[in-house]
Amino acid sequence: MQLAHQAAILNSNITADSIEANEYPTLANKYAVRGVPKTVINDKIEFVGSLPELEFVQQLLAAVQPPA
Amino acid sequence: MLVESLKRELKQKLGTEMEGEVTLLLFTSELASETCSDTRLMLRDVAELSDKINLRVQNFVLDKEEVERYRIDKIPAIAILGEEDKDYGIRFYGLPGGYEFGSLVAAIIQVSQGKTHFTEEAQQKLETIDTPLHIQVFVTPT
Repeated sequence: MQLAHQAAILNSNITADSIEANEYPTLANKYAVRGVPKTVINDKIEFVGSLPELEFVQQLLAAVQPPA
Repeated sequence: MLVESLKRELKQKLGTEMEGEVTLLLFTSELASETCSDTRLMLRDVAELSDKINLRVQNFVLDKEEVERYRIDKIPAIAILGEEDKDYGIRFYGLPGGYEFGSLVAAIIQVSQGKTHFTEEAQQKLETIDTPLHIQVFVTPT
């Protein structure tokens, strides 16, 4: 979670939510959360587990790229 | 809610690392779950550990203006605000227990310092993002 928080601090266009999956079953179900941490970016890109910093940043960039 | 040994350790850490003031803005409801009252007790304990941490509690049902301003759609919700209520877009939904408690403390310190620990390359790439980006991270306490 810390990378997402830090990204939000760095860039005001970025917001970062940490969601306790067991407490919001409907939401966890919507995003098919089966493993944690599960990250969902702009409802477009998702991955499970923690990524190294640069890979994490690449995922964020991929989520804002206009469709080719 | 926090054990004494953890309180002592945290008090020292926050005292050393915090710079500016931080406000924990908690959205809750009297009628809501046990989780809401547990979260409130936990944050009260955290706020007592540093005079740079303020706790403000809002009612999810009654304080509509604040709920809208901070775009809160579920409770318990915590927004971590910097000086003069600067909103960095950081939210915790649910009781931040277990592993998440460490994330909460880290977020408080980072907002207080207003700086991040990215490498220069990562920082430059992140700064190019000029449209809204919403990151949701699903976690469990263990």
